[in-house]
Amino acid sequence: MNKPLRHVWLVIALLFVLLFTSTTYFQVFAAGRLNADGRNSRTLYNEFGRNRGPIVVDGTPIAWSEESDDTYGYLRTYEPGGMYAPVTGYYSVRYGFAGLERSLNDTLSGDADSLFYQRIADTLSGRATQGATVELTLDAEAQQVAYEALGDRRGAVVALDPTTGEILAMVSTPSYDPNQLASHDTGAVTQAWSDLNEDPERPLSNRAIAGDLYPPGSTFKLLVAATALDSGGYTKDSVIPGPGTYTLPGSSSVMNNHAGGGQEPCGPDDRSTLQSALQQSCNTSFAMLGVELGAETLQAKTAEYGFGDRMSIPLGVTPSRIGSDLDDAQLATTSIGQYEDRVTPLQMAMVAGSFANDGVVMEPNLVRSVRTQDLRTVSELSPQERSQPLSAANAAQMREMMVATVEDGTGSAAQIDGVEVGGKTGTAEWGEGRPAHSWFVGYAQAGDRKVAVAVIVEEGGYGSQVAAPIAKDVMEAVIDQ
Amino acid sequence: MATVVSYTARPRRTLQALMLAFAVAIGVTAYALVGLGRFQELPDDLLQYGIGAVVLAVVLQLVVTWRAPYADPVILPIALLLNLIGIAVIASVDSAIGLYTSRTTSYADRQELWAVVGIVVCSLVLVGLRDHRILRRYTWIAAVCGAALLLLPMLPFIGSEINGSRIWIKVAGYSFQPAELAKIFFAVFFAGYLVSRRDTLALAGPKVLGIQFPRWADFGPILVAWAFSLAVLVVETDLGTSIMFFGLFVAMLYVATDRLSWLVIGAIMFVPPAIIAVTQVARVRTRLTCWLDPMSSENFDRCRQINNGLFGLANGGISGTGLGEGRPNVVSFAHSDFIYTVIAEEMGMIGAFAVLVLYLVLVERALRAAVGISDGFGTLLAGGLGFVLALQVFVVVGGITRVIPLTGLTLPFLASGGSSLVCNWIVVGILVRLSDAARRPAARQVPGLASSAPAAAPAASASTRAEGAR
Repeated sequence: MNKPLRHVWLVIALLFVLLFTSTTYFQVFAAGRLNADGRNSRTLYNEFGRNRGPIVVDGTPIAWSEESDDTYGYLRTYEPGGMYAPVTGYYSVRYGFAGLERSLNDTLSGDADSLFYQRIADTLSGRATQGATVELTLDAEAQQVAYEALGDRRGAVVALDPTTGEILAMVSTPSYDPNQLASHDTGAVTQAWSDLNEDPERPLSNRAIAGDLYPPGSTFKLLVAATALDSGGYTKDSVIPGPGTYTLPGSSSVMNNHAGGGQEPCGPDDRSTLQSALQQSCNTSFAMLGVELGAETLQAKTAEYGFGDRMSIPLGVTPSRIGSDLDDAQLATTSIGQYEDRVTPLQMAMVAGSFANDGVVMEPNLVRSVRTQDLRTVSELSPQERSQPLSAANAAQMREMMVATVEDGTGSAAQIDGVEVGGKTGTAEWGEGRPAHSWFVGYAQAGDRKVAVAVIVEEGGYGSQVAAPIAKDVMEAVIDQ
Repeated sequence: MATVVSYTARPRRTLQALMLAFAVAIGVTAYALVGLGRFQELPDDLLQYGIGAVVLAVVLQLVVTWRAPYADPVILPIALLLNLIGIAVIASVDSAIGLYTSRTTSYADRQELWAVVGIVVCSLVLVGLRDHRILRRYTWIAAVCGAALLLLPMLPFIGSEINGSRIWIKVAGYSFQPAELAKIFFAVFFAGYLVSRRDTLALAGPKVLGIQFPRWADFGPILVAWAFSLAVLVVETDLGTSIMFFGLFVAMLYVATDRLSWLVIGAIMFVPPAIIAVTQVARVRTRLTCWLDPMSSENFDRCRQINNGLFGLANGGISGTGLGEGRPNVVSFAHSDFIYTVIAEEMGMIGAFAVLVLYLVLVERALRAAVGISDGFGTLLAGGLGFVLALQVFVVVGGITRVIPLTGLTLPFLASGGSSLVCNWIVVGILVRLSDAARRPAARQVPGLASSAPAAAPAASASTRAEGAR
């Protein structure tokens, strides 16, 4: 019976070869595909089971991973949650990630290529791998002041250091508590998610850099003025026409000189200096100036400031835009920040900042440094020039006009004692019968300390009354330090 | 297999003691690693566990030295090692369920208890069964017992359906899978029956299409075996048990007669019922779907268990997540039917291969005993038990890794479950007894058997064959 036994052994050997083959297939060849399968809960557990690095502002963690005794191993915790939510975003088991949690996921989780050697070192020393620490450029006090100043109004504040591009404050209200979405209680998370999504005030949208964008209103006049200076044909003292009403070219529509229907001319003989037009925020002056400069010039200049560019700070920033293929009537309304103009507060803060930085636009950024858990610096922010749309001399003229606007014009509510403050208010009409959005865009400088801000309060009414005081508080918080 | 020369009469008890020590060392280390991996601390009961494992190993060593001094030194260490690895992995499943879900389970504690019972029963087999040929006396009793056990779950009241398969009986709160025990009875019956009939069965019958068919008169027992497998398949809807029995029968028939025609006939006879089962029984049909295409979106939920198992394999990769660091709580029945996925996840492809190789060596040792043994009954019994062990591993692991459709069998020694574990320890006890007979310098005379006429003839013929092989 030895021969059949040998055959039986042969059959068994063949069967086991099949088992070795199939096991190898699933553990080696198909492993990548299976691990990447979205329905694989282990991948989720591996992702959430990591000790993710903290996000730090002024040396204090605002988002960190806390060990939890459940399936996931770590719970992402935010403190204070709502104030920083537009920046940190959330890290949800159920709904994925948003904000920096998403943009910097590889860094925070420790997967980034730049952290390769760190991973090797961790493995060799038997230490549990921890993601990198991300330190933000935000200024805790400015953030706090901006968040409190907006209060329960809808709106956004962006403050940045014009010389470095570091973002000092980025607030969007109403906000939400990211802890609710990061919770491991799926029922509560589902409820919070649907509440947030059904909320008509849309707390999940980051109004500072994304959201639906806003018409800039009169704050856009800064860009028209800058374009005029840069064209070489104008100075701040150039006298330009500014009648009480302006019949748009090739149209029967009539533009009033002032928001709310005021038809007073900008000056005697329907004329004024550029500076005076900006101080009074004359509509007809800038509409006619825009038409005079031409659509292409305006397009090109705004593009130099960052319009149309998808920036990464490293959060994705929705590009600001002015309409294209504009006829003169459209160009006229575009020049006073209406028609198809749509901007982010960040973009407007960059515009204001450039005037305070000798005309140079700095690359905006939220991340100051990335460090490993043993405090080795992986990367550090180095300020980068983005563009120089305006000469230093013309930037100085812009500053003079803006200071005049604050000291003796619509922006008086932004004045700070002993500090040079320049700015421009805006009252952006955006819907028939709805209160206008309230804007303030400006800068402050005292000695070496500079700050640029953009404030929007949705349906806030006059920018001079609502947005300017908020801007003042934020600028003061930065300058006083 | 042909190297019969290597069977010199050396007891090799020291080698077995060393290997048992090795098995205990690995098994207890694995148990400690599970605690370290899951909770970063050693298990509370590590010392008791270690002492228990040592005591069991010593018991096995002493019993073998006393009662089966020439036994194969590899069989018991492998069985013990598999059993200990199984307990460690089950402990990992327990800890994962306790840590990550709201349930608590204590499969590992129960498995430890059953391991003690199994090893005691194995020792009793070695002490009580002085000569395997005694079993031949009970050929027909074994047949009746096996059949009764196999049919028990079909009875009302004590038969119990778990997860769609009616392969359990429940008595006084204890559930028991009688198929495992029936496996042993049937192996004994087939061996006894076939060894006395092999010559008549091997006689040529009508020849159809170049295949030598058996005589109609010899066909009866085959039909009975076939009908049994069929009944198991249809009534208990368990493809695995059905394959196991029919495979066991056909393999032993082939070893006994050396007629390939039996294999062909067996295969052909099994195809129609399998097709009927696949097309008619919803549960088996689901398993076929999950075998062919478990990952597509319409099948994914239905095939959740197998998919989560495969995700586990992928998560393990080549080197594994480490003991106690996998996610076995995701897979249902990770402690029993799907324990292979936990091994593959936590110990990786390397660990899974190691386990498969352990089985392969165990089966090889059984077949080696089958070759070396001097009586036909012993050869058939050893060969049958070895083959059924291999077939069981193939059906389980093949089902998990999508080589064949999933069935309801469990991995011998590894999977949680008392009836399976104890029965497999009985199998190992019999195999040790058989290997002792195979490696003994001279066949011992067992009082009362020497005069047994039916036993003498095949034994003689087997020994002459063995001589011929040398």
